Amino acid sequence: MRTRPTQDEEAIREVFAGFFTNECPTSVVRAAEPLGHDHELWAKLCATGAPGMALPGSVGGGDAPLRDLAIVVELWGRHLAPVPLIEHCVASRLIVGAAETGGGATDINDRLVSGGAVATLSFRSPESGRARLVPAGAVADVIVAHHGDAIVMIDSDPPGKAPRNTADLPLADRDLSGATPLLTGPESAVVWQRALDEWRALMAIAHVGLSKQAIDIAVAYVTERMQFGVPVGSFQAVQHGLADATTNLAGADLLANRALWALDTGQPDASRLAGMALLFSTEAARFATDRALQYHGGYGFAEEYNIQLFHRRATGWALQLGDPSLEYARLADREFGPRRVA
Amino acid sequence: MDFSFPPEAIAFRAEVRRFLKDNLTEEMIAATHDGTIHSPALHKAMAERGWLSGAVPKELGGGGRDPLESVVLIEELQLARAPIDAMGVAIVMVSMILEHGNQFLRDTVVPRLLSGDALGCFGYSEPESGSDVAAAKTRAVRDGDEWVINGSKMWTTMAHVADYVILLTRTDPEVTKHKGLTFFLVPLDTPGIEIQPVPTMGTERSNATFYDDVRISDDWRVGDVNGGWAVMKTALKYERGIAGGQFPSPPVIDAAVDWASSNTRPDGTRVIDDPAVREKLIRAMIDVEVCRGFAYHTASLASEGVMFGVEGSMTKLFASETYKKHCRWFHDMLGVEGLLTHHEPDAHMGGLIEENLRHSPVTAIYGGTSEINRNMIAEGHLGLPRTR
Ligand SMILES: Cc1cc2nc3c(=O)[nH]c(=O)nc-3n(C[C@H](O)[C@H](O)[C@H](O)COP(=O)(O)OP(=O)(O)OC[C@H]3O[C@@H](n4cnc5c(N)ncnc54)[C@H](O)[C@@H]3O)c2cc1C
Repeated sequence: MRTRPTQDEEAIREVFAGFFTNECPTSVVRAAEPLGHDHELWAKLCATGAPGMALPGSVGGGDAPLRDLAIVVELWGRHLAPVPLIEHCVASRLIVGAAETGGGATDINDRLVSGGAVATLSFRSPESGRARLVPAGAVADVIVAHHGDAIVMIDSDPPGKAPRNTADLPLADRDLSGATPLLTGPESAVVWQRALDEWRALMAIAHVGLSKQAIDIAVAYVTERMQFGVPVGSFQAVQHGLADATTNLAGADLLANRALWALDTGQPDASRLAGMALLFSTEAARFATDRALQYHGGYGFAEEYNIQLFHRRATGWALQLGDPSLEYARLADREFGPRRVA
Repeated sequence: MDFSFPPEAIAFRAEVRRFLKDNLTEEMIAATHDGTIHSPALHKAMAERGWLSGAVPKELGGGGRDPLESVVLIEELQLARAPIDAMGVAIVMVSMILEHGNQFLRDTVVPRLLSGDALGCFGYSEPESGSDVAAAKTRAVRDGDEWVINGSKMWTTMAHVADYVILLTRTDPEVTKHKGLTFFLVPLDTPGIEIQPVPTMGTERSNATFYDDVRISDDWRVGDVNGGWAVMKTALKYERGIAGGQFPSPPVIDAAVDWASSNTRPDGTRVIDDPAVREKLIRAMIDVEVCRGFAYHTASLASEGVMFGVEGSMTKLFASETYKKHCRWFHDMLGVEGLLTHHEPDAHMGGLIEENLRHSPVTAIYGGTSEINRNMIAEGHLGLPRTR
């Protein structure tokens, strides 16, 4: 057991902390609104190899475990980077994995590894050939979806624009009527669930990154802001709210990392932990951004201050998967069996 | 990062489970209903296996079991509802003596505590000082080779069954409060000590203890004269490290699942099929996994020899605050039946949830209140300016 980063993990962190600090200041995040995507930033991230780092070496990927990818994803979350890193990595792993087991396409592997094609997943099954509000749908070329007993895929031009939304996410409706099966039969459900679990665990760690930054911003603000002749950070009410937020964050961090380790090493409770990690991290992030915004006073509500960027994303990221209540219900079904209703 | 346990810890977990299956009985758990949160037979059986000594660091002269094994022990004991307060006290007290005590105390007291032949208790809190523990007023005055102690302590839990109290006293009232403190280990059969029960709303009993011209030789001093604060810091360090409290919720959740699966609502539907109940159960289970993360993390740091600080505060704060919430949720779920106490033969699972509900508030108070822990996190971890 080792619950703090290894030297190698620290090295990855250092490289990507430098990358996001230099290439993704909040001015970049703001400039990418409302679409929520920055082509140039994606190209730069591709140059680092990040989009292919967790793909198999057999297709030219970096063969990294999810835990290493998660270091990049945590920083992605910390910097609110407007590029669809998580969706791309999870969808690409699914597509490449399916090709290896005999299904689907191999001709797009190179584009997935390099990031030349952006991939994503539609959490909602298409209805009459159309998938609603696909995460990264506004910018993704390749989309996978679960439909009936098949995983289907389509490679088509993205619309490049998104409906206005709380978190400035590049959502879009996509036409999947021409999608072709990638994987069929009962196995497709297993593979799909695995992909969702990877998304859940990586999204959990992204919320950890977001929360860390939100708390850092709040601590800096309350240390400087004076009222009644003292820094507002010396008021115990403020201190205790931030202490609770950082405690939840520390718990979320450990749970998300344990889930990622469990997915990497095939632990029997991996799926359970991934689902739990997403729910807990989402709440931790919402609490942290709520406290951080509150302790800015009125300025927290002003567009000019950065904390609102974090607050809106902590609201939006997890909802791409749906109402969190459904996630609790899903975990309950695993734990207690399906509900028996008359 | 790697969350796998070493093979020794996995084997030890199996050993602890076997031990609990063979040694921990419902009668032992129920026996604590007299208010003494202690089982002599269980304590002794654990001591015989070297588990008390094992939790004391090797550098100090203890058994030095890998903290990853100690955390497994603590986890399994709590999941099984074993009464382990006395174990926590013994480990902390021995660590204090080994780190600061003289040869006499190491030779006479430590072996008795580690063998389970003698029990200790903590005498820090007083009627007028709790969170501000360094404000203790109980006075110790030197008289030749002896010390004379006068004063009173509040919340000296287990004093009525213990052999020794580790007593925080004031030896110099003229200097700033942290600098005039001295610790003594006092045998509780020393003349001049009186112990009075303090009943609580929980099932456990505590005590008020009074010290009237209690005379003991200088041999019983722990640490330097006026060096008591250093000893106190050692106590807090080990208490936050090992003393348990990370897993209070699982037995309550198990009981709630049991009740929900075997009872129906007035409309005939099973309670476990109620989506609101299901969400609460999952939320509680998530909190337990978070506690597990905290517990494994502090153990892993200790195992690597990295001294942790604020992580202990976070663990205690999170575990106790969520435990209170879980008790409330699942006590509510039982409705009026949840009100039945362990005295009633038809109380669900011996009144387990009800008893936990009454116990739960104290977990956010003793061993450092939630507010004190938040202060430490805000100052020690976030670096916010001091308020006091
Ligand atoms: C059942 C039980 C068993 C116990 N066992 C032992 C034992 O064996 N040995 C022992 O020595 N003690 C024991 N204690 C005592 C326990 O450690 C104290 O109760 C605890 O430290 C709080 O002190 P207090 O009760 O004096 O409350 P106070 O310190 O008076 O606190 C009252 C309230 O004020 C808050 N507060 C105090 N200071 C601050 C601050 N700086 N910032 C914000 N809020 C603050 C507290 O959080 C609390 O909510 C036990 C207590 C109980 C109830």
